[in-house]
Amino acid sequence: MKPANAIIQEVRSETATIRTFRFDLDLDPAPGQYAMIWIRGVDEIPMSFSSEDMITVSAVGDATNRLFGLGAGSSLGIRGPLGNGFVLRGDKILLVGGGVGVAPLAFLGEQAKSSGIDVTSLIGFRSSQDMIFRSRFQSLGDLLITTDDGSLGIHGRVAAGLMDLDLSEYSQIYLCGPELMMWDIISKASDHAHKIQACINRYFKCALGICGSCCLDNDGFLTCVEGPVVMADRLLKSEFGRYRRGPTGSIGECRG
Amino acid sequence: MPSLSVDVGGLILQNPVMLAAGILGTTGASLRRAALAGAGGVVTKSIGSDPREGHPGPTVVQVECGLLNAMGLPNPGFREFQKEIDVAKTSGVPVVASIFGSSAAEFARIARGLQPDAFELNLSCPHAEKYGSELGRYPDLVEAVTGAVKASANVPVWVKLTPNTSDIVELGRAAQSGGADAVVAINTLKAMAIDIETGYPILGNKFGGLSGSAVKPVAVRCVYELASNLDIPVIGVGGVSSWEDAAEMLMAGAKAVQVGTALYRGYEVFKEITDGLSSYLDRKSLGLEDLGNMAGRHS
Repeated sequence: MKPANAIIQEVRSETATIRTFRFDLDLDPAPGQYAMIWIRGVDEIPMSFSSEDMITVSAVGDATNRLFGLGAGSSLGIRGPLGNGFVLRGDKILLVGGGVGVAPLAFLGEQAKSSGIDVTSLIGFRSSQDMIFRSRFQSLGDLLITTDDGSLGIHGRVAAGLMDLDLSEYSQIYLCGPELMMWDIISKASDHAHKIQACINRYFKCALGICGSCCLDNDGFLTCVEGPVVMADRLLKSEFGRYRRGPTGSIGECRG
Repeated sequence: MPSLSVDVGGLILQNPVMLAAGILGTTGASLRRAALAGAGGVVTKSIGSDPREGHPGPTVVQVECGLLNAMGLPNPGFREFQKEIDVAKTSGVPVVASIFGSSAAEFARIARGLQPDAFELNLSCPHAEKYGSELGRYPDLVEAVTGAVKASANVPVWVKLTPNTSDIVELGRAAQSGGADAVVAINTLKAMAIDIETGYPILGNKFGGLSGSAVKPVAVRCVYELASNLDIPVIGVGGVSSWEDAAEMLMAGAKAVQVGTALYRGYEVFKEITDGLSSYLDRKSLGLEDLGNMAGRHS
């Protein structure tokens, strides 16, 4: 598909560095799916949906900084929804998220709750000022919050919250956040890896499954079309959490 | 079942359906996956001297009849890439390294630094300044680059040609004079798409290369002309997405084909094409080598 033209209807400031953009298009995405957002004249970047018609973005580089310069009435190019999103399984689920990675989980949790599924959330941030979507998660059900600096909730990383939960109670666990945070959770919950769906990222260029820039070692999993949601037991056998390739294809460190 | 094995340009392929350059060729794991899915050989993403990030996005646009891309030759540099080739080689199929440079000397230096089963010289990318077709549209440069790599490499050397020229046969003859073991035709057609809401060219690089079904008739014509005029084999690429397309390309005179854009449908495309070719040859009571003679050569 060529990029569709999307008009920004509303921009919400969630924190000092995170904003939500609502479009005039409902692309009917599944939570965990993404869109390629074309900031004309700058670049095209992948973004997860935070609801049917919203993306929630952390300013990290040229393209996102330029996006932050756009207000209501401005337009963007958008290709999507793309990839495979989360699949709801069972009647009692756990959402585990970190930072801006909680965005697709709020979207998923709302769909789950409206289907009568019991939802528990464990979300973590660096500090209380970095927290987003508190009220959305509160309305879903039980909520555990962690902060790295102890300014709110449990003092520590997201994995610190696992100690207050019995993972065997949940039919499925949904995970999204910085890679090392996700790796921390998957490593500590490896007995449950078969029921953890993780929404990951790699360097996407084509988002069509042909350029190969997002392939995972060792089996060549195509993150952009076969993911970005992938079962954690597959990630345990992959490069995930150890290294990742950048825009040149060179191997580098995982971030976050 | 008829044998699909071919001896082409110094390589023996279990079947004539290869993975084209630039498609899923960034990592050894994805090249190996293509091989395990049934590709008779695989070609890597084009590799240069130094790491390159490529063009800003969008790097691809789906158009009515195919795909436009301007990736911009992203690659980690040849020193980083041998380990990916080594992983790809564990699949057991021949691994062809696509390489690019801005001069004969640069091509030769890269060729000395890699150990694939063959080289494919990218003298045809239509959207990277100083590289690809900017050299490859001049017959004297095609001959010089080919000669320099032949002198530096101890494996077969294939030359991928650009269709963005008035006479592709002249370029093919230059590759042959330089000592090429085969030519590969065609690379993408230089093209453009514009966003009519805003007037912005969609590709980050403005210009790109068109691939897919739209270019197949151009590719068939180029392959036919080259096969009619050269002594070295021709490998056909451009819009091959089905066994029928592969059969047509082989009838045009290609000894093997490469598949690129059709991989958006998934890795299954290799098996679909080879199974279809087998059934077709069986039904027609033909061998693979018979196809090349069927279109005739009426010059």
